Amino acid sequence: MLHTVIEKNSYQDSIVLMLLTNYLETLDGVNNVQVMMGTPANKDIFKTGGLATEELEAATPNDMVVVLDVDNEDLIDDVVKKAKVYLDEQSSGNDDENSGEERVKTWDKALEVAKDAPVALISVPGVYAASEVEKALDAGKNVFCFSDNVTIEDEARLKQMAHEKGLLLMGPDCGTGIANGLPLAFANRVRKGSIGIVGASGTGIQEVTAIIHKMGEGVTNAIGTGGRDLKAKVQGITFKDSIALLDQDPDVKVIVAISKPPAKEVRDDAVDLLRAAKKPVVAIFLGEKPEAHEKGLYRAYTLEETAKIAVGLLHGQEPTGNEDVAVKVPDVQLQPQQKYIKGYYSGGTLAYEAATLMNNTLGLHAENGVDGSILKKDGYEVLDLGDDVFTQGRPHPMIDATKRKEMMVSAGQDPETAAILLDIVLGYGTTDDMAGDLKDTIIKVKADAKAEGREIAVIATIVGTDMDPQDYSQQQKTLEEAGVILCENNAQAVKTALAVVGHPVEETPLPILPEQPSNVKMPAVSDRLKEMLTATRFLNIGLESFADAINESGGSAVQFDWKPIAGGNVELQKALLFLNKVDLKVGV
Amino acid sequence: MVYKTIDEANQAVVSKIIAGSPFLLDVVPAMDVIDEFKHGKVLLHAGPPITYDKMIDPVQGACIGAALFEGWADNEDDARKLMESGEVTLIPCHHVDAVGPMGGITSAHMPLVVVENRTDGNRAYCTMNEGIGAVLRFGANGPEVIDRLRWMRDVLGPVLSKALQTREPLNVNVLIAKAIAMGDEFHQRNIAASLAFLKEMSPSIVALDIDQKDKEDVIQFLADTDQFFLNIMMASAKSVMDGARQIQEGTIVTAMCRNGYEFGIRIAGMGDEWFTGPVNTPHGLYFSGFSEDDASPDMGDSAITETFGVGGFAMIAAPAVTRFVGTGGFFDALHTSEDMTEITTASNPNFPIPTWDFRGISIGIDARKVVETGILPVINTGIANKKAGLGQIGAGTVNPPMEAFEKAVLAYAKKLGFEE
Repeated sequence: MLHTVIEKNSYQDSIVLMLLTNYLETLDGVNNVQVMMGTPANKDIFKTGGLATEELEAATPNDMVVVLDVDNEDLIDDVVKKAKVYLDEQSSGNDDENSGEERVKTWDKALEVAKDAPVALISVPGVYAASEVEKALDAGKNVFCFSDNVTIEDEARLKQMAHEKGLLLMGPDCGTGIANGLPLAFANRVRKGSIGIVGASGTGIQEVTAIIHKMGEGVTNAIGTGGRDLKAKVQGITFKDSIALLDQDPDVKVIVAISKPPAKEVRDDAVDLLRAAKKPVVAIFLGEKPEAHEKGLYRAYTLEETAKIAVGLLHGQEPTGNEDVAVKVPDVQLQPQQKYIKGYYSGGTLAYEAATLMNNTLGLHAENGVDGSILKKDGYEVLDLGDDVFTQGRPHPMIDATKRKEMMVSAGQDPETAAILLDIVLGYGTTDDMAGDLKDTIIKVKADAKAEGREIAVIATIVGTDMDPQDYSQQQKTLEEAGVILCENNAQAVKTALAVVGHPVEETPLPILPEQPSNVKMPAVSDRLKEMLTATRFLNIGLESFADAINESGGSAVQFDWKPIAGGNVELQKALLFLNKVDLKVGV
Repeated sequence: MVYKTIDEANQAVVSKIIAGSPFLLDVVPAMDVIDEFKHGKVLLHAGPPITYDKMIDPVQGACIGAALFEGWADNEDDARKLMESGEVTLIPCHHVDAVGPMGGITSAHMPLVVVENRTDGNRAYCTMNEGIGAVLRFGANGPEVIDRLRWMRDVLGPVLSKALQTREPLNVNVLIAKAIAMGDEFHQRNIAASLAFLKEMSPSIVALDIDQKDKEDVIQFLADTDQFFLNIMMASAKSVMDGARQIQEGTIVTAMCRNGYEFGIRIAGMGDEWFTGPVNTPHGLYFSGFSEDDASPDMGDSAITETFGVGGFAMIAAPAVTRFVGTGGFFDALHTSEDMTEITTASNPNFPIPTWDFRGISIGIDARKVVETGILPVINTGIANKKAGLGQIGAGTVNPPMEAFEKAVLAYAKKLGFEE
């Protein structure tokens, strides 16, 4: 049944009325509807649409006409009311969150809009990464390259190129960084401060910056180098330039260097450079147990110690050997067969640290593991669930807890398991509520063991700060409610686990040797490189969440929605390259 | 060969677009200015070349309407048979310095606006806008349509012609610059320019020594026809782009058009050659009772407006019609116009857009950039019913097929010596 409602002298734009019509059509009980101004041409459209009524004829061009086909007349008032609400909402404006953002789709535009950005973040598929890094370097940008799968030859070539241009290439495969207090890629929010960090390890940087933050100090710049920088083929190009940069940054008082042990060919150079720094340096070569400090170059064994020595030095205090807080041994009643520790990590460096401490303390003499299995000896096990072997076709364990939960359940069923170690990494790029995702499984693992007369210690640490986008204290609370023994940092968690199984870590303070001479001179630092230290503006090429993290933290990022040229069509790419270079005078 | 690189050639083409100065001179019967009409039965159509059998229903319907209007037949059946016989020669408007809206069907006795690009001395032509409802351009061919075409031939055309002769030729750039500041983007919305046109012309019209009823009818028609300026804009854009494409180098797109079957583009470096791909169906808002299922595939030469830098490229100029981009409104329009800057070469400072902080319209679509970025031009368009004669059922936006740009880029590269 057709009904006509005429709103006299109620002018609305025709497009608004078309949108209104589309909306009213979706209402239950409405068979057909059309809202238009009552012009002669519109009346024809009503008729063509099968909505001709007698009342319609009376409408004037200044009247808004609703012709409505409903079976139930009671609906008419409701529809008219909804129409009015809709029109009111339309006139109240469009609340578009993204309205002010800067977004580009081409290099030309990116370089125009972000010409004042000293740093480009690149997270494009690996096969394209090298050429995009090169474009960014050619444009005079320092580059933070999150993309992986770049060959080490390309890495060496691009880093050399960056160095010659007075620029820095962080990465490839650089997972985290902090520039001028702003989070780059997967990073924690930490307060700004006087400790400067260079690191070849993602979660290593995160753990150290988070501990420094918890101790009341801060980090303004944490420079990631990518994991292969100190390999012989790359020669630590980025590491060295970064040390020089931090050494010349007037706001840096203490330098922290985090790396796996450098290749033999690079090691002397790298250590000599650290010795050449004007500022005190704390170095940790992950996996290596240091034997002595030198005046001005202090050596740490764990990430916790790294952070604490750095904060001590900032306060004018040399390392005392008491940086490690004595571990409080929790009361866990183990059955005689419960001997083993299982570590299920989402952070690679944290897994590595756990494996190192366990290996050394237990005297396991285990070889370095492969394929994500960082330690596997007898029943002891440490897995890096973020390794490629575990992430094929599934999200990273910092985002998705499925694999970790599987591992925990099977470890819980093993009657020889004494303790399970976990890391909960907060910050940008990770899930909102990892503790909540793990909670039920933790409770179940403990309950199942208890049903069989065993007690299992689940020991965890949260890598993060109270400034992170996640709710740090809520994560703590959730874990404690699940019965987790929560430790302040990873080293503490591992030591706690070792204490539970009856192998507490022996601490021996290191001697401080006199200052050692250095044979190298600190490299010069270009102005363009220095601009990175105070950058507020970034060009983000690829993953949009990286731009969001910067924008949310008070910086500004131009988002480049990157796509492969010509949709990846090789013939067209070649034709374009040809056209861009062809000389028209000679070409034909 | 005076240009060293494609960028230089493109810059030269773009400079010509900016320098373009279209003036509306006259309104004349098509056969007076297009010689092809003197050789047998001829119809012009929109888009790249096409044969009658491939034309979609609304375009065939318009052909039949034109045949009736020309008196080649006195009923629809005979007109259809005539068209099917192949006796009528079909020529793209673009091949004879013309452009045509939607079906673009133009016959010998239809009046055309005559626009001269005074910078390059070339002229371009387009039929006049028939208003909305049952109109030939959407394939309607009933008595009402034919009667209106006759009135346009016998009254509207001659009256406008006379009025134009009593005054200076109309400087179209001035009208464009004024109307863009009043919220027109010249494809979806021409109301400000149409009113400005009426304002310019009405003193001359009312001063003519002609039948009072004709004056009143003409003024009433112009007052009722919101899109009247569109066809003047199309002819003006055509005249400017044809002037610019006298430079036969580079990758600037010099025409975009569609015939309901194929979308065709030209680039400066390939002269008159068309590069085509299948047309898309527009997305947009539909009048009640209609959906995308009822929509005709994309047609018309009106995409010459986007080629010139208005229409979808100047979406941000026309907040009133931005909703056609989607339901997002102003910021969607902003993003559309910003996206278009990524595939264009320059801004035209003659036409600043107030709602875009007085940035000029984006001009010089570079086919290389389209292929490189995957960003396709956005064309604002009316949506016709796929059945002839049922008229407009909505309005929205449409993209050209990427294939046309890929073909153009490859062909030009090969012409310059590129070997795969």
